[in-house]
Amino acid sequence: MKKSGKRWTLEIIGLVLALLWISPFYLMIANAFKTKREIFTNTMKLPETFTFDNFVQAFEELTFLQTFMNSVLVTLLSVAIILFFSAMAAYALSRNGSKLSNIIFFVFVAAMLIPFQSVMIPLVTIFGKANALNFYGLIFMYLGFGCSLSIFLYHGALKGISKSLDEAATIDGCNRLQVFWYIIFPLLKPITITVGILNVIWIWNDFLLPSLVISGDGTDTIPLKLFLFFGQYTKQWHLALAGLTISIIPVIIAYFFAQKQIIKGVSDGAVK
Amino acid sequence: MRNKDFMFWLFLAPVLFALGTVVLLPLIYGIVYSFTDWDGVNAAEFIGVKNYVELFSDQGFLNSLWFTFKFSIASVIVINIMGLGLAMLVTSYIKSKNVLRTIFFMPNLIGGLILGFIWQFIFTKVFDAVGRATGIEWLQGWLSDSQTGFWGMVILMSWQMAGYIMIIYIAYLENVPKDLLEAAQIDGANGWQRFRNITFPLVMPAFTVSLFLTLSNAFKIYDQNLSLTNGGPFDSTKMVAMDIVQTAFQLNQMAEAQAKAVIFFIIVAIISLTQVYINKKKEVEM
Repeated sequence: MKKSGKRWTLEIIGLVLALLWISPFYLMIANAFKTKREIFTNTMKLPETFTFDNFVQAFEELTFLQTFMNSVLVTLLSVAIILFFSAMAAYALSRNGSKLSNIIFFVFVAAMLIPFQSVMIPLVTIFGKANALNFYGLIFMYLGFGCSLSIFLYHGALKGISKSLDEAATIDGCNRLQVFWYIIFPLLKPITITVGILNVIWIWNDFLLPSLVISGDGTDTIPLKLFLFFGQYTKQWHLALAGLTISIIPVIIAYFFAQKQIIKGVSDGAVK
Repeated sequence: MRNKDFMFWLFLAPVLFALGTVVLLPLIYGIVYSFTDWDGVNAAEFIGVKNYVELFSDQGFLNSLWFTFKFSIASVIVINIMGLGLAMLVTSYIKSKNVLRTIFFMPNLIGGLILGFIWQFIFTKVFDAVGRATGIEWLQGWLSDSQTGFWGMVILMSWQMAGYIMIIYIAYLENVPKDLLEAAQIDGANGWQRFRNITFPLVMPAFTVSLFLTLSNAFKIYDQNLSLTNGGPFDSTKMVAMDIVQTAFQLNQMAEAQAKAVIFFIIVAIISLTQVYINKKKEVEM
């Protein structure tokens, strides 16, 4: 009796907290359906009449399909490159074991300490001089910023894969590249998912780096476009909120389908 | 794969090249630039530590540094208490725990820029409407002074990161043996005693991880600062990261900005190295 009373107390606390947690999303969505005038008089309640005009206008001004595709392209390309090259490097480092490879590994780990703002000014200057402040430059930069953590996580996972596998495959006539691609990389699949999720979340939401590299050149990602859009409609919350809602929808859909993997990936990435 | 093997270097080449040109070279360049009068256009001249000396009398920079420190400390405390609380709630025997986990973690997936805009609406419009309707004065005028700007940032950051820290605590809480807790309960230990003597010591490593993770994240924050307050009013909520970006790309004072960036790097490195040191020390003890 006492136990179930306590359980109900916890359930109610959980319910209240959950409502509190999603209330910002509720306020965003509810007000995105209101007219400019109604937001002023009725901020908390559901809209009296739902209007889709805000969404239509926001969708057009964000050129949302194009912007969404830009985000998808930047994210997928960058993450694919990060995964492939980091796994390859971690494999080489873990199967070498010399002092030099330990030093190289240490450099990658130490590079994780460097905050973006400490390198961004020379980075933009150097890449500007090389005419590489564009879409491809951005993807290359993501490899540079993303490879450290990825190599670190892959390196940890590779310790659990026996070297005798490499040897057996070599005897069977595989070269190093084949051993890596056909034997090792498939075995790394669980950690690849973790590393992939961490990098997707980071790159999808990243704002400052793309704002310095690709802003306004037609490959604007969602955060970039949204920032411009927001600046334009700063006192017009009905449009701004509709734009925010549209931008969040793809993330919510992805989360809905892959929440177990996402939470596990984030947890593994943080604890290791 | 030995050092002199071609394959070894082939496998490493892409990431070494990327890290070198994207991170290491700019870091070295940046340190060198910070000792010059470089303005981004004209050739730089070496001026020694002048930029650094001037930083110490640059009230704007000192204010943003102080604000960033205060914000980081407050966020670390709030986020960790909330994160641990949420973790304990969703690892208890309640039915809704999986749904709750999903909800608490959700803000984490969305970019700081978007979250900042949403909360700007809540603080300036919703708080205001509620304040006017109920006559509660402290709900009105949020983000219009540095104090509400400060707490606005803390609330936003806590709402976003508590779910993330919760995930870390969950990983450790789930390792606490259930039979140990049951045995203690049979022996007459109450809830607080079980938490204090069993759960807490076993979850201790999670504190180190979480504290430093929140500390360095809070210290480096930019997007949320930009979208929630944009540093205002009158630069009173401008944090170091934003100060560096503005000094560089709005004022075009590249060398001064780079000196700030080097100080920023040193502080972040000290925070992270302290964590590494504490972790290493613990490993030896165990």
